[in-house]
Amino acid sequence: MPDAPGLELIRGEIETEDPGAVLETSFDRDQPALIVDSTRILAVLTWLHDTPGQEYTFLSSLHAADYLPAEPRFAVHYELMNRNRVERIRVKALLADPEAGRPGSELGQGALPELDSCVELFPTANFQEREAYDFFGIVFKGHPGLTRILLAEDYVGWPQRRDFPVGGEPVTFTYNEEGAPASEHLSTSGAD
Amino acid sequence: MEIERRKIRALAPLEQPTSPEEFRAKQLQASQMLRGDLEGVDLQNYVEDRVVTTKLEDVLNWARSNAIFPMTFGLACCAIEMMAMVSARYDIARFGAEAFRASPRQADLLILSGRVSVKMAPVVRRIYDQMLEPKWAISMGACSSSGGMFANYAVVQGADKFMPIDIHIPGCPPRPEALIYGFNKLQRKIVGNPDQGWRQRYNAVGTEEWARGGTNSRPSAEAAEAYEAARRFADA
Repeated sequence: MPDAPGLELIRGEIETEDPGAVLETSFDRDQPALIVDSTRILAVLTWLHDTPGQEYTFLSSLHAADYLPAEPRFAVHYELMNRNRVERIRVKALLADPEAGRPGSELGQGALPELDSCVELFPTANFQEREAYDFFGIVFKGHPGLTRILLAEDYVGWPQRRDFPVGGEPVTFTYNEEGAPASEHLSTSGAD
Repeated sequence: MEIERRKIRALAPLEQPTSPEEFRAKQLQASQMLRGDLEGVDLQNYVEDRVVTTKLEDVLNWARSNAIFPMTFGLACCAIEMMAMVSARYDIARFGAEAFRASPRQADLLILSGRVSVKMAPVVRRIYDQMLEPKWAISMGACSSSGGMFANYAVVQGADKFMPIDIHIPGCPPRPEALIYGFNKLQRKIVGNPDQGWRQRYNAVGTEEWARGGTNSRPSAEAAEAYEAARRFADA
C-alpha cells in the first residue's frame, strides 16, 4: 500500500507525464486514491499498469457511484492491485451528468455520461463496465459490446441512480386508507 | 377427504358392524356372495350396502385432489420450507403430493416459492404455460403474493400480475404447516367445495373498503361481478 507521501510521488510522476490528469489525491482511512480527470482516465490507468516500479496489473473491481447532490455527480472507481507487492490503489474518475437539472434522465431519456473503456487494458472490465452501464447509464466508449447484463434487455431507465423512483406499489393500511392511491384506483375504475 | 363424507354419507350410508357377531355375519355373507350362494333380496341388500353412486366428475376431482404432482421449482428462501414440507416430519405424502416432478409436462401444481424478479417472470409464465390442464398455482409467501419487502424496480409486485394464482399463502416464509394448510385449501377448491371468504363466514358483508368510502366509491365492474358470483355461491 503506498503511504501518503508515496501517493504524492505517484501523483507527481503522472503530473510530469500528463499534466492536469490528476485533479486531487485522497488518503482517507489509509486508502490511497487518485481522483482523475475522466477524459484522461485511460492514460492514467495505462501508466499505472505499464510503468516499471508501479505495475498495477490487476483490476480487482470496477464500479460506479452516484453522489447526486454533489457536482460532478457520477464517479467510476477502479480498484487496482499489484499482486507481487500486494499493494492497492484506487482511481476515481469523476463524471458530470450531461442532463443535469433536466428531469427524466434517470428514466432513460437524454444524453448519458461518457468515459473511455479500459477493456483493452484489463479484460475483466468487460462485464463490470456492462454492469455500471446497466445500473447507472454510464457509457464506456470503445467497449466491445455494451449491453445490459443483469436487468432485462428491454428495461428502461437506470435504476441505481439516486433520483430513480424506488418502485413498488403503495399499500393500504388502516392508518392511510383515507385517500390512499389504492382506494382511488378502486373508485375510478368503476363502470362509469 | 370432504367428498367421502359429503357424497358417500348422503347417498349410501355405510353401516359399520357394531359387534363381533355382526362382523362375523357380514363375513359369512361375503363368502356366500363369492361362492354364488347369495340370491334374491339378500343379494340386492348386499349390493346396495357396498355400491356408491356419484357423478364421474366428482370422482375425477376427488382423485385429482389427492394425487397432485407439484413442480420441482424453487425461487428463493421459501423453497427451503417447501422442501421441508416433503420431509418425514411434515410429510406431504399424507395428502398425496410427495412426488415432485422436474418437468412441467408432468406437474400439475406450481408453487411460487419466493420473489419473482422482473427477469424471472417470463420464465415462470412459460413454465406455467407448459403445464398440462388441469393445473393449479400456489403463491407462497409475501414476496410472490405482493412483492413483500422487495418494493423496488427489480421484483414483480405480486405474481398474479402475470399468471393466475389459486391460493395465496401469507408468511415470510410460511412454515411448512402453513403451506400444507394452503395445500388443503387447494384440495377443497379442486373438489368444488372451496372455503368461503371471511366476510361470508362472519356475515360481514358490507364492510369492504369500497363500501365504506362514501357515496362515490364503488367497486370496478369486474370486482362487483366476482363479488356477486361469490355471494351467490355462498348462498346456494
